Amino acid sequence: MITFMNNSDSEEEPCNERTSLMSAESPPVPSYQDGLQASEAGEAQAHRKRRAGSSRGPNNITGGETSGSGVPVRESALENEEEELTLKYGAKHVIMLFVPVTLCMIVVVATIKSVRFYTEKNGQLIYTPFSEDTPSVGQRLLNSVLNTIVMISVIIVMTVFLVLLYKYRCYKFIHGWLILSSLMLLFLFTYIYLGEVLKTYNVAMDYPTLFIVIWNFGAVGMICIHWKGPLQLQQAYLIMISALMALVFIKYLPEWSAWVILGAISIYDLMAVLCPKGPLRMLVETAQERNEPIFPALIYSSAMMWTVGLAKPDMAARGPSQQTWDAAEDGREQLRSPSHAESQMSETRSPVPTCPVTSLEELEEEERGVKLGLGDFIFYSVLVGKAAATASGDWNTTLACFVAILIGLCLTLLLLAVFKKALPALPISITFGLIFYFSTDNLVQPFMDTLASHQLYI
Amino acid sequence: PAFGLFIFTIARDPLRIIILIAGAFFWLVSLLLSSLIWFIAVKASDPQDERLQKGLLIFGVMFSVLLQEAFRFLYYKLLRKAIEGLVALSEDGCSPISIQQMAYVAGVGFGLMSGAFSMINLLADALGPGTVGIHGDSQLYFLTSAFMTMVLIFLHTFWGILFFHGCEHRRWWEITAVVIMHLTVSGLSFCNPMYVGSLVPSYLLMAAAAAWAYLLSGGSAQNLRRFLLCKC
Repeated sequence: MITFMNNSDSEEEPCNERTSLMSAESPPVPSYQDGLQASEAGEAQAHRKRRAGSSRGPNNITGGETSGSGVPVRESALENEEEELTLKYGAKHVIMLFVPVTLCMIVVVATIKSVRFYTEKNGQLIYTPFSEDTPSVGQRLLNSVLNTIVMISVIIVMTVFLVLLYKYRCYKFIHGWLILSSLMLLFLFTYIYLGEVLKTYNVAMDYPTLFIVIWNFGAVGMICIHWKGPLQLQQAYLIMISALMALVFIKYLPEWSAWVILGAISIYDLMAVLCPKGPLRMLVETAQERNEPIFPALIYSSAMMWTVGLAKPDMAARGPSQQTWDAAEDGREQLRSPSHAESQMSETRSPVPTCPVTSLEELEEEERGVKLGLGDFIFYSVLVGKAAATASGDWNTTLACFVAILIGLCLTLLLLAVFKKALPALPISITFGLIFYFSTDNLVQPFMDTLASHQLYI
Repeated sequence: PAFGLFIFTIARDPLRIIILIAGAFFWLVSLLLSSLIWFIAVKASDPQDERLQKGLLIFGVMFSVLLQEAFRFLYYKLLRKAIEGLVALSEDGCSPISIQQMAYVAGVGFGLMSGAFSMINLLADALGPGTVGIHGDSQLYFLTSAFMTMVLIFLHTFWGILFFHGCEHRRWWEITAVVIMHLTVSGLSFCNPMYVGSLVPSYLLMAAAAAWAYLLSGGSAQNLRRFLLCKC
């Protein structure tokens, strides 16, 4: 989901909480920022786009999945004025989202291309119990569909569970869950990743150094994501976490299942966010009612709000007039080997001090940014990574999927600006990505190959 | 060089980046459709017949060129509408980006995408071990591919400017000139591996298109001289 970040009235203590929710895509909610009190130029007018992107990850029956829910943004009084401003700054926000998505994809593709580990098949996760090594096509198709059904139902269960927890205010539980999952993600997966990378490049590293490096990385990551930290660092950590999750998915999901799952997830996202009874929508509405930000752990936010006079990247605390708050949550799911199933949610909130606080008296400049759920990041990267790993067209296909996803993101943001409520970020991009993947792989590739062999140019 | 163009002129402004990506997307769609047609034609024909295959390939290339230009036109239409929207939204009644800038960015988008698709597999292979042209093909394969791609990217940029200008002022001859130039360049590439036949005229055409686009954008020999002299 993509949501706009709005200023929330209260300091958000759950800012650092990570909740592991099923990665559900929360629809991006465009929120318009309340009118800025400050007269300062047009700075305050940040285009608020709310996008709640919650991504849902497959739920593990054992563990939780991280999911994000988006919080709808509340409109403030000066809607109309804001609206105009919103659209004006639309392009800037689109770019603010392009960059992290691109970075994540680049990291994933680079890893896939260079490290062998992630393209070897070493078993499957417990969430996809049916194997795809069957001789007949029909059987394989059936197995992948069954895998998808299992995965999606796990995700649904996890999301509903999370929503229930949220509804009944079991915040501690959610926080604990999130912290656990981010712990696991930060330490274990990084360890595996680092090990594989070092193996690939044949670099030796002794255990004490390894321990120190991973410890530092993980500790700083935990602090940054769950508590306060510089915006850029938070964003970087969130991107890295998304990339790690995506790599795990790419490795452990069998081929056809992966594609069917991607398709099913976008349909699910569409329904979960837009249907009145959808869990994500309920989550967003509940958060709105309580005027709280949605789990910060699962969302990537591109802007932040500044508190008065402070350059602290605080998400909350906004001035009296603004209260819109969008939270996008993103759930990431963690697939783990059957021993643990935890869901992680990481939220990245990166406050972006884009607007300097000019007057110290009461205004808080809020740069409203757009929030995108981390699950969205993960699934985009899974799509591109799978394209890089398994396509016969290699870089052509990867490039085509990349452009398709970016365009889908643009369109989604446009829709966000038009509809002004939480919208699912996955469907359009994933649809474009899938279309382009299959068509480039099968149609364009032979054409380009033939052209290249004759050195013809079109 | 195209990448340098991107960094210096486009990366600053987010709106331009969006237009660039959308341009690349349009090119991609046109490529998709043209390869679909080619694919169908190939499947429907006899795979053994060499001449037929070659003929089909040529047909595919020409068709693709025409489709690309058609998509450029469609993109132009879309950008016109977008400009109207931007003007309506802006405070002072004029659009933050002019149609010429858009033409430039769209051209770069097309060019980058076509260049990327032409070159990237080649580059990836170039990283690995091997000898160029070991089976009797030209040894200059990589070099000429690189130059050809570069000239094509630049040409797309200039064609973008010329094309949009022609559409704006309703000068059909400009548009047809662009189409013919594109067809010519693609046709010239059929002369490969006789590189003299394809590279040199392409560069000449590019120089001509560059001068034309420059004049259209309001430059003149005077400006050029002033620019060069000031800098020196």
